[in-house]
Amino acid sequence: MDGLEGMDEIVQEFLVESHENLDQLDRDLVALEQQPGSRDLLSSIFRTIHTIKGTSGFLAFGKLESLTHVGENLLSRLRDGELSMTPASTDALLRMVDDVRKLLSRIEQDGTEGDVDVSGAVALVEACLTGAAPAAPAAPAEAVAEQAAPEAPAEAAAEQEPPAQEAAAPAPKRRTRKTTTTRRSAKAAAEPVPTEEPEMVAESPAPAAEPAPAASSVALHAVETEASVETGNRRSAADSTIRVDVDQLDLLMRLVGELVLTRNQLIQRASSDHDMDLLRMTQRLNLVTSELQEGVMKTRMQPIDHLWSKLPRVVRDLSSMLGKQVSLEMHGKETELDRTLLEAIKDPLTHIVRNSVDHGIESPEKRVAAGKTAVGTLRLRAFHEGGRVVVEIADDGAGIDPARIAAKAVERGLLTQAQADAMPEREILNLIFKAGFSTAEKITNVSGRGVGMDVVRTNIEKIGGTVDLTSTVGQGAVFRLTIPLTLAIVPALTVECCGERYAVPQISLLEVVSVDASRGTAAVEQVSGAPVYRLRGRLLPLVDLADVLGLEGRRRDGLLNIAVLQSEGRTFGLILDRVLNSEEIVVKPLSSRLKGIGVYSGATILGDGSVALILDIQALAARTLRSDATERLSSIETQATTVAEVERLLVAQVAGDRRVAIPLDMVTRLEEFPSDKVQHVGSREVVEYRGEILPLVRLSQHLGSYDDGTHERLPMIVSSRGGRSVALVVDRIVDIVEEGVKARSDVDDVGLLGSALIQEQVIELLDVRQAILSADPHFPLDPEPYASANGFGAGEGFDPAAIAAAGFVMEGI
Amino acid sequence: MTQLATFTLADHLFGVEVSRVQEVLRYQPSTKVYLAPEAIGGLMNLRGQVVTSVDLRRRLSLQPRTQDAEPMNVVVRVDGEVVSLLVDQIGDVVDVADDVFETPPSTLSAAERELITGAYKLQDRLLLALDIDKAVDVG
Repeated sequence: MDGLEGMDEIVQEFLVESHENLDQLDRDLVALEQQPGSRDLLSSIFRTIHTIKGTSGFLAFGKLESLTHVGENLLSRLRDGELSMTPASTDALLRMVDDVRKLLSRIEQDGTEGDVDVSGAVALVEACLTGAAPAAPAAPAEAVAEQAAPEAPAEAAAEQEPPAQEAAAPAPKRRTRKTTTTRRSAKAAAEPVPTEEPEMVAESPAPAAEPAPAASSVALHAVETEASVETGNRRSAADSTIRVDVDQLDLLMRLVGELVLTRNQLIQRASSDHDMDLLRMTQRLNLVTSELQEGVMKTRMQPIDHLWSKLPRVVRDLSSMLGKQVSLEMHGKETELDRTLLEAIKDPLTHIVRNSVDHGIESPEKRVAAGKTAVGTLRLRAFHEGGRVVVEIADDGAGIDPARIAAKAVERGLLTQAQADAMPEREILNLIFKAGFSTAEKITNVSGRGVGMDVVRTNIEKIGGTVDLTSTVGQGAVFRLTIPLTLAIVPALTVECCGERYAVPQISLLEVVSVDASRGTAAVEQVSGAPVYRLRGRLLPLVDLADVLGLEGRRRDGLLNIAVLQSEGRTFGLILDRVLNSEEIVVKPLSSRLKGIGVYSGATILGDGSVALILDIQALAARTLRSDATERLSSIETQATTVAEVERLLVAQVAGDRRVAIPLDMVTRLEEFPSDKVQHVGSREVVEYRGEILPLVRLSQHLGSYDDGTHERLPMIVSSRGGRSVALVVDRIVDIVEEGVKARSDVDDVGLLGSALIQEQVIELLDVRQAILSADPHFPLDPEPYASANGFGAGEGFDPAAIAAAGFVMEGI
Repeated sequence: MTQLATFTLADHLFGVEVSRVQEVLRYQPSTKVYLAPEAIGGLMNLRGQVVTSVDLRRRLSLQPRTQDAEPMNVVVRVDGEVVSLLVDQIGDVVDVADDVFETPPSTLSAAERELITGAYKLQDRLLLALDIDKAVDVG
């Protein structure tokens, strides 16, 4: 409202009202395209324009007046059936609305109409009028009707409950013969409220509340009611709502937050006291405060329709530009959420909607060819679920093909083929929210859905929400935003580090891992100087809060707490001393002097009245995980998980406790033979297997360990290629793991390529090539067995389940 | 005539426009903000509002306060935000005549000269006029 400061109050009022009217106009015009003959819509549009015109004349905004005047002429003729709607007239009217908007924003800036050129729009509209005389005769009657127009919104708003609105649509004639005084009760009862039906008013004239119900104005009322029912609009009404300065609401919210905290302290104190009266009083205070808090929070809530009302225009413009036909459906537009959140999801929502129209919904020809209706459907749905607001944007377009996304991700080096194969479809789809992914031009050309999606996710996560995508190829895609109801109060974990207390928003928190004193120091390991913790077999990069903030005075009892946090798809652990409490905190904004630090997202007041800072997990992750030490870690992580050389390894136990790994590609089957089936051919051991002679390599011996050879049964890993097979004899098959080739140490030992730390064990990497060739020098091997996960063995995929099926016991390492 | 709220810092007498002062408070426990600029004293709970304090000793590059000395708060309004100035002792509100005002003496340190608009020559001592906006501009 800053721009309005010092301006005449009337002009302010006019601007605010006009902006609302313009939104209504956009909706009406788009709706009008669907049903060009609707006189109700035309009347509604006409009235809106007329209102603006009337006031602009009064305030001496000449251009605005002349523009709306000519628009009004066109509208009145359309309404009276003298002209019919054409695409040209819709365009002309939309153009007029745009120019009205321009003029208004100009007026908002400096109080003048400036140099905005409206002649183009005027000419367009005049062209539609085709030189016919302006509908002058109609004007006087309209003018009378208009007098009552400001009343009209009252009727619309009286029916705040949409069910009532919808029920009213069929307009039962005389069932509710009630005067205007019953509006509120009617609303409460959610009864159809066909306010001011002409007959009704005629029979029982409205009391003084309705000034001068001239016949035409009454007729208009009825029309207005129906028009708003059609468009589902809620207008403000002088008698049921008031406008409140947002700052005022913020102040109230702050004061209530303060009251809540004081109450908390008081309750704490009173419960330790034995004064029963005091206890009763605090309980009453408790109730009142809770209700007050809820009430004030509600005042900040706005229906999501405030955002959605802009979308019909967006969809209309975009689809006509792209030559598509899209019907926009909106469900749950009355769903309310905090206004700051509405503001925050505005851009992401618009972006997704644009994307769905642009890339989701196909051209009419394609749709028809695919056996669908020519008109695509974009369905928006908002609803409350588990204390959060869910907004779904669903289209019935082509959907997103996960295979294409996966292929592109592999091409971009974000995933290995093996990873992509193993990844659930859902996760693959969600790759489009990855920053690296979405900026790639190639992907946008192919999948078409990547542009800016990372920004969408970032913005949604910033307000503690999530975004998710599901899709069925050929049937469409659904984006699902989950948003908290309010930002002012969030669940958080209070933690302690070096005697300082901080709050960690629950939204980023996955779990808390406590490591006891005996393991505390040993549990944290270093990878190239960066601390990591093995969380269920995965390396979790660690960030020590004390290091980040430069705290001193860590507790020395060896106990370690790790808050496992997630931000922008990355998981990391934050080392803390203690976890204190899980509670709802009232978020206080941080002084502008402290915003630059970038580690705190706000502050809160704890139960004892002291101030605690809220950690900004996103910023913390960005800041620390990008730093030097973790750079190394992430590069290792990259090698381990994202470079194209991750492979699946079969781990087997040999020579007592040694563990060796063999690329799964080399494994054709697992077999087990009784040791008495082993025969000797010269110096070689063989078994007869499926009519073949299968040469054996005892890996224990091969690796230079002593093998007592007393096993009754011999587990074998059979590798077959080109009609030849070799069996590697091990003590036990242990597991199948995934491992990056590069994160390995070089161990210069016989028969090995190196070793790797896999999960909790050092595993030796068998030089399979050498082992196999020792049994069968003619075995057709590719030159570099480890070079690629896909280098050979194509078509000989090995199912881990087969291991179990073959009777081998699988154990976690 | 100008009305100034006065306070002392390391034996200097300072004054700020009394109209900018919201209230004056005794020592309040505050929460340290790590990684913040050095002059930030911390965050305190002022009746449910989180208020940032600026340690004027540090801001003016004066000797740090001794461990046991508890600073007082002069709570001022800056750009619609409430900020507390940490000072040694609170003084009286004094009326000063504009004709005893002089631009800063050249003996002041650089840090002081930046934040002090001038000095009022009182009978017994100098009253240094502090520029609140600059003083709290530590970001």
